[in-house]
Amino acid sequence: MSFVRFWWEFIVGDDPWLAAGVVAAIAVTAWLASWWLLPLAVAVLLLVSLRRAAR
Amino acid sequence: MSAVFLVLSSFLASGVEMVEALTIVLAAGIAGGWRSSLLGVGAASAVLAVIVAVLGPALTAIPIDDLRLVVGALLLLYGLQWLRKAILRASGHKAIHDEDAIYAETVAEARSLDASAFVIAFKGVLLEGLEVAFIVLTFGSAQGSIPLAVAGAAAAFVLVAGVGLAVRAPLARVPENTIKFAVGIMLTTFGIFWSAEGGGAHWPGDEASLPFVLAFVCLVSLGLVRMLRPRELAPA
Repeated sequence: MSFVRFWWEFIVGDDPWLAAGVVAAIAVTAWLASWWLLPLAVAVLLLVSLRRAAR
Repeated sequence: MSAVFLVLSSFLASGVEMVEALTIVLAAGIAGGWRSSLLGVGAASAVLAVIVAVLGPALTAIPIDDLRLVVGALLLLYGLQWLRKAILRASGHKAIHDEDAIYAETVAEARSLDASAFVIAFKGVLLEGLEVAFIVLTFGSAQGSIPLAVAGAAAAFVLVAGVGLAVRAPLARVPENTIKFAVGIMLTTFGIFWSAEGGGAHWPGDEASLPFVLAFVCLVSLGLVRMLRPRELAPA
């Protein structure tokens, strides 16, 4: 059980939406093979996650 | 002349990979504990030695891009969690002066940090170690002397390991929150770089673009701290 919890905290952490967004962004980056997409997506995802947490 | 060129090429190319591994090991060690981080390095080195011994020249058949994608995605997911918490702390949205909250959070983090430091150091060293092995094999085979390529890589290892030992003590004196912020930025940077590269994207200038990705993540993070910091009330 603690093994599952460790990997859950390692991969998902406090914000499941952020983790899901990152996985989706990596998938789209791989699909389009565009280097610029992932940094931009990470910036936007981090902004949205932080705004929600700061509310 | 070609022997000098081979040693120098292997030294430089391996050195770049080793600096990346060192950065990750330092980040894991400072934030999560040196014991776990060094255990991760040891375990990765052992696995690497077995892979090289068993596969030999067939090593180049390992799908390195798939490995980059998986390791990069995991680093990005984990690094973003660190960065998110560090930005919330720096902007005053996460408890800094609440001692009870800090204690509870520290205990919870300490339990998971040891294992996390091990995993991060392990993955970073294994991936970069495989890349060094690829470099030595391809450069050495192309120029007809694997021992000379090994000599170049070994020289790079001695230099990079020396730098790591030298910067360890000064880094330990940096304030904890600053270290956590920096670790989040480093892991996120490598995570973005590797997962995009592993997914098939080509960075302009290959590894030369890493400092630009780092600068971008730094600027975004500092901008977010500034944006989220509550504006002080103007004096009446």
